[in-house]
Amino acid sequence: MKSFVVMGIILCMIGLMAFAMHREQRSAAGLTTPIVVKKDSIASVKAFTAVYKVLMSPRCMNCHPSGDIPLQGDDSHLHTMFPKRGKDGKGILAMKCANCHQPENSPGLHTPPGNPNWHLPPADMKMVFEGKTPRQLAKQLIDPEQNGHKDLKKLIAHADDGLVLAGWNMGEGRTLPPVSHAAFKKAWITWLTTGAYAPKK
Amino acid sequence: MINLNVNHKVYQVDADPNMPLLWVIRDLIGLTGTKYGCGVAQCGACVVHLNGEAVRSCVTKVSRAEGQQVTTIEGLSAQNNHPLQVAWNEENVPQCGYCHSGQIMSAAVLLREKADPTDQDIDDAMAGNLCRCGTYLRIRKAIHLAAELQKKEGGSV
Repeated sequence: MKSFVVMGIILCMIGLMAFAMHREQRSAAGLTTPIVVKKDSIASVKAFTAVYKVLMSPRCMNCHPSGDIPLQGDDSHLHTMFPKRGKDGKGILAMKCANCHQPENSPGLHTPPGNPNWHLPPADMKMVFEGKTPRQLAKQLIDPEQNGHKDLKKLIAHADDGLVLAGWNMGEGRTLPPVSHAAFKKAWITWLTTGAYAPKK
Repeated sequence: MINLNVNHKVYQVDADPNMPLLWVIRDLIGLTGTKYGCGVAQCGACVVHLNGEAVRSCVTKVSRAEGQQVTTIEGLSAQNNHPLQVAWNEENVPQCGYCHSGQIMSAAVLLREKADPTDQDIDDAMAGNLCRCGTYLRIRKAIHLAAELQKKEGGSV
């Protein structure tokens, strides 16, 4: 009888732990379905190839420069006027990003694209894309010390960040990233949920 | 009607919300010190302060300024005696003068944030203000002088 009671208690505890873990996973995901990571290095690296092409396109890379001056144009030249990043990524002195970049795209060719939150990554988390190999970029993106302490849930959510989405709405005359946002998001989530493997090079 | 606070005075203007702030300031309110240069935020001739920041009024919709504090060159000081205006006069900075209200408005933000700016600070802050007469060296000299005047006055701008 005593062993039945002990067994019952153990089974209850296992059940509670499983329930708690499941809830935690759901909660961490913040989604209606839990994030399931199913490691698959081949699928992961393949997905990252598509992700890399987008991140290295001018619409994304121009605001992830290796220096403190943003880039401009399809040839990713240094931003005219040489505005600087500043501590918070929003510019310095009389050269704050929002002085020219409005909450929305300005109409016409060669006018500033806009977003209510226009900025570079801040000085303490530069998240450089320019010049990175696929391997370097993949490792940087998932390194909490370099990605602003983003966990899997936050990395997935970042695909729908306002400035990320703005890459596909940069105003007249600007080339779009090589694939749609939906295709990018699918590749991004696939990469992350198959283990976020970094390519060999 | 749109309510605007320009140089601490409230204006009610009948303008399309998408109208550039520059045209409201110049054509509807009649403050013509702020100049039109390029119309695409590339030259800085149209700089005014929006809540203290040096915005390009040619690309700033008037709707963005509604209910905010706008300061133009006319409102920078009561008697045209802001240290920058005094220094500009002292150093005879302008040549044609067209870009200089924008130059001064940008420099005012610089001096507010860096009371004793280096040449590099000046270059960083003023890089968005073009002067086709090429008065850059006099601008730099005047900003250093204004910083000294500001120090003597014992406060920031």
